[in-house]
Amino acid sequence: MNQHFLTGESVTQLTQSLGGSLAVFAPELVLAGGIVLLLLLRMLSAFNRLHLGYVALGIGAVALWLSWTQWQPFLMADNSVQQSAFGGMLVFDGLTAFIRLFLMAGLVLLVWLTLMTGIPDREDSADFYVLLLGAVVGMNLMASANHLLMVFISIEMASLPSYGLVGFLKGRRQSSEAALKYVVYGGAAAGVMLYGMSFLVGRCGSGYLPDVALSFQALLRDGGFDPLLLVSILMILIGLAFKLSAVPFHFWCPDVFEGAAAEVGAFLSVASKGAAVALTGRFCLTLVAGTPADPVANAELWNSASHYFGPALAFFAAVTATFGNLAAYTQTNLKRLLAYSTIAHAGILIMGIAALTADGLSAALLYLVVYLFGNFGAFAVVALLRNAYGTEDLADYSGMVRRAPFLTVAMAIFLLSLVGLPPLMGYVAKFEIFAELYQAGYNLNRPHLIYLLIVGLFNTVISLFYYVKVLKVMIIEPLPEGAAVQPIAPLANIYVGILAFVTAFGLRVWDPLMEHGAKRATAPMRFVAEQVPAAGPR
Amino acid sequence: MLLAQSSSLVTMEIDGLIMSGLIFVPALFAVLLLLIPKGKDEAMRWLTLTGTVVTFILSLMLFVDFLNMHQYHQAREADSFLGARADAAMRAAAANEPAQSRDLICRIPWIDRFGIEYFLGVDGLSMSLILLTTLLAVLSFIVSWKIEKAVRGYCMLYLLLQTGILGTFLALDFFLFYIFWELMLLPMYFLIGIWGGARREYAAIKFFLYTLLGSILILIALLVFYFTDLKPLQSHFQAELEAAKAGGDAALIAAAQREVDTFAGLRAVREGKEKINTFDLVILAKAGQAAAKAEADHRRATNAHTAKPTPETQAALEKAAKNRERLADILPPRLQVICFVLLFIGFAIKVPMFPFHTWLPDAHVEAPTPISMILAGILLKLGGYGILRICYPVCPWGGYELAWLVGLFGVISIVYGAFAAMAQTDFKKLVAYSSVSHMGYVIMGIAIWMAPENARYWAWGMNGAVYQMLAHGVTSAGMFFMVGVIYDRAHHRDLNRFGGLANAMPVYSGLAAIIFFGAMGLPGLCGFVGEVFTVLGTWSFTPPDMAWMGKVYAVLAAATVVLTAAYILWTVQRVFLGSNEAYMSFPDLDRRELFIAGVLVFLTVLLGVWPSLVFDWLEPCVTGLVRTLSALTP
Repeated sequence: MNQHFLTGESVTQLTQSLGGSLAVFAPELVLAGGIVLLLLLRMLSAFNRLHLGYVALGIGAVALWLSWTQWQPFLMADNSVQQSAFGGMLVFDGLTAFIRLFLMAGLVLLVWLTLMTGIPDREDSADFYVLLLGAVVGMNLMASANHLLMVFISIEMASLPSYGLVGFLKGRRQSSEAALKYVVYGGAAAGVMLYGMSFLVGRCGSGYLPDVALSFQALLRDGGFDPLLLVSILMILIGLAFKLSAVPFHFWCPDVFEGAAAEVGAFLSVASKGAAVALTGRFCLTLVAGTPADPVANAELWNSASHYFGPALAFFAAVTATFGNLAAYTQTNLKRLLAYSTIAHAGILIMGIAALTADGLSAALLYLVVYLFGNFGAFAVVALLRNAYGTEDLADYSGMVRRAPFLTVAMAIFLLSLVGLPPLMGYVAKFEIFAELYQAGYNLNRPHLIYLLIVGLFNTVISLFYYVKVLKVMIIEPLPEGAAVQPIAPLANIYVGILAFVTAFGLRVWDPLMEHGAKRATAPMRFVAEQVPAAGPR
Repeated sequence: MLLAQSSSLVTMEIDGLIMSGLIFVPALFAVLLLLIPKGKDEAMRWLTLTGTVVTFILSLMLFVDFLNMHQYHQAREADSFLGARADAAMRAAAANEPAQSRDLICRIPWIDRFGIEYFLGVDGLSMSLILLTTLLAVLSFIVSWKIEKAVRGYCMLYLLLQTGILGTFLALDFFLFYIFWELMLLPMYFLIGIWGGARREYAAIKFFLYTLLGSILILIALLVFYFTDLKPLQSHFQAELEAAKAGGDAALIAAAQREVDTFAGLRAVREGKEKINTFDLVILAKAGQAAAKAEADHRRATNAHTAKPTPETQAALEKAAKNRERLADILPPRLQVICFVLLFIGFAIKVPMFPFHTWLPDAHVEAPTPISMILAGILLKLGGYGILRICYPVCPWGGYELAWLVGLFGVISIVYGAFAAMAQTDFKKLVAYSSVSHMGYVIMGIAIWMAPENARYWAWGMNGAVYQMLAHGVTSAGMFFMVGVIYDRAHHRDLNRFGGLANAMPVYSGLAAIIFFGAMGLPGLCGFVGEVFTVLGTWSFTPPDMAWMGKVYAVLAAATVVLTAAYILWTVQRVFLGSNEAYMSFPDLDRRELFIAGVLVFLTVLLGVWPSLVFDWLEPCVTGLVRTLSALTP
């Protein structure tokens, strides 16, 4: 797949493989078809009375089911097959399937939530869900992009609908301001990234990731340090860091989260982060570890290649986690607080990638799954309480345990899981990442990972401060005099209850989730990481 | 036993059932509480009390089993040790033999990914603390009857706390231990934070943060332990077996063979894993001790060789060097020191030891009376328990190298706590600082590492330390209870405003005086035994190059008894003696209070006059630990 100039031969090849490509692309096709359907339904006055969320839920459910069937081959066995599609623009492997499943699950959970909270209302529903489905298609592409061009396009495809979603509360100034900020930052980051890509393509002679990896490694073998390579990689990482909301490219995040509806915040914090983790992981590991077509990659190469990624990722991780946690403490708006919390969690996720091993990425994937439940739960509680009491200010939450005991207890479970207290699910995920940091740092002789581990551990303590602050307000502080108690819909309680149950007792499925889930997903990236011997004296 | 016969009816052996019951019955009752309709507070209290009483009965059943087990192993005491029983259980599991109900070990594979086991076990140390826990849980729940605010939440958190504590005492898998250890934090945070006094929020978050910080240090050690590849240990045991066979001593051969078989029974070994990693505290202790022994042997051989070089010493040195080389990758001495420090600080925060004690006065002052009783009576003991269960067995080299430093901190805690207590005017704060002082004896008694020839003194120290934990559990809970009684009536705790209570409340004053004297260490009451044993042991503590140190420690610790007497007597004088018209109308103890005070006073006296009641079954395992450790002295 070295040639990317359109020749007669390649056109024939493309048409021949089109069937297969479309087959693996089915979930995205369903979503794309769903977008058209939603827009059409809006035209027909017969459907005016229908809240299109139900249609979107159906579309999401079908896509989820398709993703589940596509995950089956990876669930059943250790499967490191990488099937390329659309002429190598996209790749379908365990990672793609895993993230797709993750995104579809998030989509269904989100649509369900929006149906209960009533954002959007019936009139706006078509616009909202079109944007939502569009963003998910873009994120899916991020997870499967295998060509630098596709990387850029997929990021833009995911970003553009997100801008719209953020500005969706049209009447609110804050919302529009947030959307504008998001657009400006997003545009700048994308520009830097594109510039970096142009360097990388120029240096490596191709944009096809496996080819880039081959030339990258050939360059490393030939000569020493290449500043241009480093610059180009850093610039691409900046673009990815923006999607991950890593410090110092996080400024958009708190404003956007405060301005947008809590539902959108939940979506942005979880889904777009999931796609960004997959893309960053694939980009870094492909370049560092080599590709399955290139089994000659060895430890020395891994070592020298990782110099281009390791320090930058470790820096992003440490700074992001620490800053996010410190800044969260002073917040008085719950959504803003959760925004800084997602920044901090992005730092922990990057720690998993910073190990530059397949196991590290697996740990990050597990973290994503746990994060999906914990963070969705927290945002859902905020959205439901906002609907009931019309406020997102922390101060107005005092004594909430008297008004909404069930939601408060669930919130406690979500937040403490985000802290990483055992036996909640968050502890499992954090343990996986920290264990991998220690293992990689010790076995691969990379002391900076040990320091990163210590930073991560102390961040756990810092994060306790503000999560417990929320719980203190909700549980310990007294209910103001004469405060009214609003009922919470039973269905909403069930929804939150399911999320809380998974978060509280997820420890039971630790083994299958990791061994048959996250580890299977990174199987294609595995082989080199395992070949790296324990290097040198300790 | 009748119960033992029914063990074939259930899949888990009966000892496993009892131990799991101890842990999860409180949690089960916490769930049952949800079924009681809103507003029926009295029913909730009774249900919770039932839960704690059932747990107490379970602990008595376990105790009976424990005594039976001791009886069974009478002929060879070493077989009754926790490590030996765990090894036997592992060998039996590897050979597909049924697990035994008498061994008080329960191991069930749990999380394959990290080889984590649901691994419970009991020895004298944990048994004594479990009995203390379940008893105090019943007593302080009776005290909790006065809690009116959010009764359901209180009861649930109370029971969850008990689950966490008992799980920590029973867990022998480090990961499991850690989960239970953390599980205690949250209930405690809310119990202080919701039902506490005026500055409860500050005190609660301070407690939470301090303990979590300690937990993080423990977590680092946990990762280090787990990712230590124990493969060299296998060849080490094999080599030991060869050496024993060459020596020809049948007992040694049998012992070495047991070690080899045990290691072969480890799950990671049976599955032929490339790396042998485990959270099994018994196996980890073996690794740490083997590494420490190799280092000690090497030092001894070096000393012998430099003193008088002969071909024999040369050969011995080479052999020791080879041995050390083989074990160089599993918990080498430097790493042991680091891990020891991490673990020790983590546990010392809980003890609490100077300078990590500052959370304690706040937490105690703000916590409601029953929670203060649990906190002082049980939670502080978890620190000492962790030090004895994990710190010293797994990182003995750290214990050896830092003996004088750890002892020093113990002594500072003793002296500092006593002085600080003397300066307090808040009754609860006084008791809180006295806890710092009394737990200092525990640290000191554990710390005094001695060579085998003096090991019996160290055994005094360590036995005294464990006894001190029990005695302090009784007396500190009692003191907090007594403070609570008076606070309920006077609604303040200012020592200078009391006085003359003996006139109004003679029974109360009499019982309180006994408990206070017990804490003071009056001969014939429980506090005396622990203090005298630790101080006597410390007298013989002679760390290398600083032989005078033990004497200084012992003198300081003994002299502090005067300070303790001073603040206790002064308190008694200020509170009970004299006359004060304002308090003449106070009613004396009611029946409920009398029951609690009676039990605690009874224990204070009983443990004081009949220490062998506990020592008979407690001493073997503690002395066994001392013997194992002191053999590692270079």
